[in-house]
Amino acid sequence: MTRYSAFAVAREAFRNHQGWTRAWASPEPKRRYDAIIIGAGGHGLATAYYLGKNHGIRNVAILEKGWLGGGNTGRNTTIIRSNYLQDPSAAIYEKARSLYEELSQDLNYNVMFSPRGVMMLAQTEHEIRGYKRTAHANALQGVDTEFIGPERVKKLCPIIEIRGPRYPVLGALWQPRGGTARHDAVAWGYARKCSEMGMDVIQKCEVTGIRTEGGKVVGVTTSRGDIDCDKLGIVVAGHSGHVADMAGFRLPIESVALQALVSEPIKPCMDVVVMANTVHGYMSQSDKGEMVIGGGADGYNNYTQRGSFHHIEETVRALVETFPMISRLKMLRMWGGIVDMTGDRSPIISKTPVEGVFINCGWGTGGFKAIPGSGWATAEMIAKGEPGPLAEAFGLERFREGRFIDESVAAGVAH
Amino acid sequence: MLILTCPYCGVACDETELAPGGEAHLKRFGPGSTDEEFEGYLFQRENPRGVHFERWRHAYGCGKWFHAARDTVTMEVFGTYSAQVTEPPEEIRAKISAKHPGWSWREFS
Ligand SMILES: Cc1cc2nc3c(=O)[nH]c(=O)nc-3n(C[C@H](O)[C@H](O)[C@H](O)COP(=O)(O)OP(=O)(O)OC[C@H]3O[C@@H](n4cnc5c(N)ncnc54)[C@H](O)[C@@H]3O)c2cc1C
Ligand SMILES: [Zn+2]
Repeated sequence: MTRYSAFAVAREAFRNHQGWTRAWASPEPKRRYDAIIIGAGGHGLATAYYLGKNHGIRNVAILEKGWLGGGNTGRNTTIIRSNYLQDPSAAIYEKARSLYEELSQDLNYNVMFSPRGVMMLAQTEHEIRGYKRTAHANALQGVDTEFIGPERVKKLCPIIEIRGPRYPVLGALWQPRGGTARHDAVAWGYARKCSEMGMDVIQKCEVTGIRTEGGKVVGVTTSRGDIDCDKLGIVVAGHSGHVADMAGFRLPIESVALQALVSEPIKPCMDVVVMANTVHGYMSQSDKGEMVIGGGADGYNNYTQRGSFHHIEETVRALVETFPMISRLKMLRMWGGIVDMTGDRSPIISKTPVEGVFINCGWGTGGFKAIPGSGWATAEMIAKGEPGPLAEAFGLERFREGRFIDESVAAGVAH
Repeated sequence: MLILTCPYCGVACDETELAPGGEAHLKRFGPGSTDEEFEGYLFQRENPRGVHFERWRHAYGCGKWFHAARDTVTMEVFGTYSAQVTEPPEEIRAKISAKHPGWSWREFS
């Protein structure tokens, strides 16, 4: 496998780029693996990567029914931040954010992490109080955030209309170390490293059944035959309920469509990420110049991966008030992903009623930012059989015991 | 866009006229129930890929709650029915069976 470097780019330039090798292999599934991960999204791939890197478990297959990163990982608006309210959330999201800082070096793959700063607008009195509270909580958690006034908002993002008619900008929660990264590159970078460690990333391989003996997992049934394993990680986001059903347990999860859209590319006009949670809209500018816009989620279960026009209308209508200059932009594409929502809007990293089966899900509308930290914590749980300090608060039993990690209050939408 | 017909006023409403109310036919548990029962009632959901039963409210119309039977993958609507029942009426079940022989859901009521 070619190592990527400035030298390699120069060398290839002199030989018509004939020397690049494939970034990952496409092997046939083996009969048996020590561990199988279902789902080659960011979380599944990162889990496999840290299983190999941190715990030396490398006889691993990652099974994907579609293509690498073709689920929510390749459909999200890539906002990375860690300014959550509750301690367990701040710990895992901050771990992820700090891993993102060095991820390109670690993976030898440019994930284009851009810590350009994330601003969450306060547009009601209630939000001002909420975000001030979060800023205080973050100070105690060691997460670098600050509540800033409207003048500072205008200075950081001149295209904002702070005196908007319905929702004037009253301030913002500002995390200067937040930002964006290239979503596909995160999936591809992890896949390349997994493949390099000898793991099998197997695409177009749908898991259709989970085989158990005496309450313990022994393998999976797939569209490409039966494969045995000692340990199984289910990391399938919106499809979690359906896959858990194969193992015979139910989840506190509902799957709904979340949508996003991008505009035609324009000249650079905005170098921060802005989230406006009261009106359910958020926006950033991609390196290509497109305005990347995300909106609200559907209110009812579905698996259609497309979404509906009225959400787009709602989002854009609201954003035009705050960013009047986008009113004449043409939109290029819209798409949807199926997100896995839990009751407290926090993820699940947990053992399950079936021995040897572990689950990572419930990241809902906001799990891209968590990929490295979540993979780190899930790998530790799968390797040791018990959740470690980052994961332990996120167990399934919290719903029965009433120990919620309530982030729905902290952020109306949680991207 | 999802269109459901309100069983009370007969209006074919698009989803902007309706408020979604989540999974239908949940059995309530309260004081005296076990932790598992209460957890199940509050949080565990069927979340099926396929046939599903839901509660909806005709929010910008008559304001009443009703039930809908729907396919979450194809978005096909099998029908809507009164909120005053604990399981879907026979005609709706028959319609679903015609499309999906052998379909199942969790126990009703
Ligand atoms: C429109 C949109 C905007 C978003 N914006 C943000 C944002 O700005 N910031 C942020 O942090 N998060 C955001 N998110 C959320 C984020 O995308 C997800 O939380 C995250 O990508 C989930 O990653 P994952 O690896 O768990 O799931 P996925 O990437 O969905 O991967 C799961 C994989 O499992 C596969 N799979 C499913 N069933 C099977 C089976 N039976 N057999 C084999 N494989 C199977 C799927 O094909 C899929 O590839 C957004 C999501 C959407 C949809
Ligand atoms: Zn009505």
